[in-house]
Amino acid sequence: MISQPQGWEIEQKHSLEQRFRQFLDGHLEQEMLRFTTAGSVDDGKSTLIGRLLHDTRNIYEDQLASIRASRVNRSGRDVDLSLLTDGLRAEREQGITIDVAYRYFSTARRKFIIADTPGHEQYTRNMATGASTADVAIVLIDARAFKRVGELLPQSRRHTYIASLLRIPHVVAAINKMDLVDYSPEIFDQVSAEFSELADRLELKSIEVIPVSALCGDNVVERSQRMDWYGGPTLLEYLETAPLALREASGEPLRFPVQLVARPNAEFRGFAGRVERGEVRTGMRVRALPSGRVTTVKRILTYDGELPAAGFPLSVTLELEDEIDLSRGEMLVSETQLAPHIRSSFRAMVVWMHAEPLSEGRTYLAKHTTRTVRASVRRIRYRVDIHSIEHQQSSQLQMNDIAEVEFTTGLPLFFDAYADNREMGALILMDPVTNATVGAAMIVSDLDEGGRHTALEEARCGEQEAALVWLRGREQVAAALLERIRQAGRAAVILDDPLIPDSSLPAVMRALQLAKVTGISSRSDLSRATLAALQELAGPRFFTTAEAAATLAEAAPSQEAK
Amino acid sequence: MNTDKIASEEIAKQLSRKRLNHLQALEAESLYILREAVAEFAHPVMLYSIGKDSSVMLRLAQKAFYPGKMPFPLLHIDTSYKFPQMIAFRDEYTKSIGAELIVHRNEAAIAQGASPWKLGTQNCCGALKTRSLLDALNEGGFDAAFGGARRDEEKSRAKERVYSFRDAAGQWDPKNQRPELWSLYNSRLRKGESIRVFPLSNWTELDIWLYLYTEQIPIVPLYFAEEREAVIRGGMITMLHPGMQLLPSEKPEKMMLRMRSLGCMPCTGAIRSHAETLPQIIQELIGFRRSEREGRAIDHDEEGSMELKKREGYF
Repeated sequence: MISQPQGWEIEQKHSLEQRFRQFLDGHLEQEMLRFTTAGSVDDGKSTLIGRLLHDTRNIYEDQLASIRASRVNRSGRDVDLSLLTDGLRAEREQGITIDVAYRYFSTARRKFIIADTPGHEQYTRNMATGASTADVAIVLIDARAFKRVGELLPQSRRHTYIASLLRIPHVVAAINKMDLVDYSPEIFDQVSAEFSELADRLELKSIEVIPVSALCGDNVVERSQRMDWYGGPTLLEYLETAPLALREASGEPLRFPVQLVARPNAEFRGFAGRVERGEVRTGMRVRALPSGRVTTVKRILTYDGELPAAGFPLSVTLELEDEIDLSRGEMLVSETQLAPHIRSSFRAMVVWMHAEPLSEGRTYLAKHTTRTVRASVRRIRYRVDIHSIEHQQSSQLQMNDIAEVEFTTGLPLFFDAYADNREMGALILMDPVTNATVGAAMIVSDLDEGGRHTALEEARCGEQEAALVWLRGREQVAAALLERIRQAGRAAVILDDPLIPDSSLPAVMRALQLAKVTGISSRSDLSRATLAALQELAGPRFFTTAEAAATLAEAAPSQEAK
Repeated sequence: MNTDKIASEEIAKQLSRKRLNHLQALEAESLYILREAVAEFAHPVMLYSIGKDSSVMLRLAQKAFYPGKMPFPLLHIDTSYKFPQMIAFRDEYTKSIGAELIVHRNEAAIAQGASPWKLGTQNCCGALKTRSLLDALNEGGFDAAFGGARRDEEKSRAKERVYSFRDAAGQWDPKNQRPELWSLYNSRLRKGESIRVFPLSNWTELDIWLYLYTEQIPIVPLYFAEEREAVIRGGMITMLHPGMQLLPSEKPEKMMLRMRSLGCMPCTGAIRSHAETLPQIIQELIGFRRSEREGRAIDHDEEGSMELKKREGYF
C-alpha cells in the first residue's frame, strides 16, 4: 500500500471543498430556460430528450437499469433512451406520447425545463400547451424522410407554424437521423434552405438549424466527429446561450394585475401580484384600471424585506400612498408609460381544444391575467388550414382547429397584443357549464370601431349599463322607478340601507357596475366627496330625474334579462 | 439547525447582485400559484407531510401572503407509522410559525391493525394515506389542497398539471386533465370536485436542497447523517423503530445513516451517508447516481405503480 504524504491529503480535501464552493456558487447563479420539443411520432423526439438527459449525466443509475430491464426496446441498441420520457402505461402500450410531459435537467450554466409535447397530427392542443411557456422551440425534422420525399414533411411545417403562432422567441430546427443519410452535408443544406424559407414566411425572428443524430449522440451534447463540415453550435451549446424571454419582458411598459388584496390589519392594505411586464419602483406614479385613479407606490413588500424596485416576473405586494378602490382582476400601470388597450371586444387567434366545437354566437368564460369575464363569439373571421397555412371560411371550430375569432366580453379587458407581450395577450376559454378548458386565445388587436372611445371611456362603456339615480329626498319616486326598471327586465336596487354609510357608496356603486345593476338613492344628503366620486364613476349615466333614468333603462334592455 | 451562516450571507449577497437566478424564478412562480389558488378557491388547505418539500412549500406560503398570515390550515395525514422525530418536529415547527394544524388519522383502519405486513404496501397506503386523505378533505369541505409533489420525482408525475383536477370521488383521470397554458389556471369546479395544487411542480430535488440551504429552513433531523441502528431487510436499510419486530435472522448494526425521503417507518429505507450538514447533503446529492424515490417500497411494487395509486386518489 502506498502511503500518501499528509500535506497531499489536506490539499486534496481543500481543493474538494473549493470545487464544491464553485459548484454551489455556479448553481446559485444558474438561469432557467424553458424549451419545448415538437416532432412527430417517428422523428425521434423521445430519443433526443433521452439523449440530452443521458449525455448531461442527469439520469440516475436505477432509472437506467429500469429501462434496460424493460420489455420494450424499439431502438435497436442496448438501451432505448426514448423510454426515459414515455411515462404513462397507456402510452407505453401504444408506443406514443399522449400528453405533455415536463422534464428537468441542468448543466453548469442553466437549469432547463423541457415541455415534451407529442407532435402527432391530432395533438395540436398539446403542442400549443407546451409552447405557451417556452423560450425556445426545438422542431425535429427527420433527415431520412426528407431525403425520401424531397421536401419538408407537412408535420414539420405544422410544428413550425404552431411555434410561430405561440410566439416562441427562438426556434431551432434539429435535423435528426443524420446517421441514416450518411451524415450528408448536401441533405443538411437542402433541409436548411427549405426551413429558412418557411421561417421567413412565418416571420420567425430567431432561428438556428443543427444537424444531429439523437440515436448516436452526434451534436446533441457532444460535438460530432462525423460531421466536421458543420461549424455551428451543438444543440446543448445553443440551449445554454439562447437569450431568455425574461430579458425582453423586463422593459416598459409596467403591467401589474392584482391577484389579491392583503389586509392583515386595519392599518395596512396591500396589493399582491406578479409584475407581468416592466418594472415597478417606489415613488412611481401608477394608474389603477379601470377606475383611472392615479396614486404613488409607497412600498414594495416581500417576506425578505422591502425592495426599491421589482421587475418581471417577481411576485410582490405593493402598498400605495392613497386609499383607492382596487381589487382582484384590476390592474396597476404606469401613469406615464404606454397604457394597455381597454376594450370589451377584440380579435384573437384561437386554438380549439375540445371535442364540442366552438360556434358563432356561443358564450364562454375567458380568463385573462387575473380577470375572468364572459366572452361571446361574434364571428369566426377565418380558419387556418394547418397543412397549407391558408385561410378558409368556417362557422365552427373542431378540436385542434386554429382560427382568428372576434369576441365581445361582458366587462372590458386590459390587454396588449399577444405579439407585444405574451402574458398580457393570452386568454384561456372555459365552458361555463362543464368548466372544461376548451380553448386558448392570443389577442391580435382590438376591434377598431371608429376609434371614438378613449381607453378610459371604453372601460366605463362595458360597465355603464348600470346607472346611478339620485332622487334627493323623493323616496316614493325612487320606489316607483325601481318597479319600472324591473318591469323593463333590468336589475336595480335602492341604496338607502342605513347600514351603508355615505363613504361606502362609491365602492358599492362600483360593485353594482360590475354586476350591471342600477343603483337608486333618495338620501337627503350626500357629502361632496361622495357625490363627486359617484358622478365620476357613473359618468353619463348619473341621473337626478326618474324620467331620464327610466328612458335610458328601457331603451336598452340587457341581454341577460331576456 | 445544521446551518452554515457565513456561507449563506455570502450567497445572499450574490443573490442580490444577480438579476434572476433559477431559484428566484422558481420562487416567484410558486408564490404566484399559491396566491391564485387562495384568490379563487373557497376553502383551500395545505397538505403537510413534514418532509423537506413540505418545509419549502410552507416557507413559500409564508412569503406569498406576507405581511399577512397564511390564509389556510395545514393538514397532516398521520398513518401512525411516522417516525417520532417527524411528529415532534411537526408539532414544534408549526407552532413556532403560528400555523393552524389539522391532524387526520384513519382510526378505524389503525384499530384493525392495518400494516404493510398484513395488507401489503399498496393496500396499507390505500387505507392509511389515500382513504384517510380523501376523508379529511371531505370532512373539512376543502375544494383545493396544496401538495408538495414535484414533476421530477417519478414518471407519472411528469405529466401532472399544476392544478390537478379530481372528480367527486377524489380520483385522477390522466386522460381527462385540463390543458394548462401560460400561467392561466382553470379553477372552476362543480360541487364535490376538487383540485390539487402543486406549487413545486417545476422544482427538482436539487432545487429543494439549494433553497433549504439559502433560506436556512429547518428540517427534520433524520435528513442528516448520524450513527443509527438498522437492519437490511429486503435490500432496504430499515432503521430500528418503535413497534418493529425483528426476524430471528436479523442482527441490528450501527451505521452512519440518513433519510433521503421521509415516509412511514417500515417502508422508507435509509441510505449510508456521512452528510451532517446541508452543504454536505448537496455535495452528496451531486454525486448520487440513484433517484430519491428508490428507497420507497411503494413505487416499485409493480411497473407503473405510482400511476395506479394516483388514479385512486393518492397524492
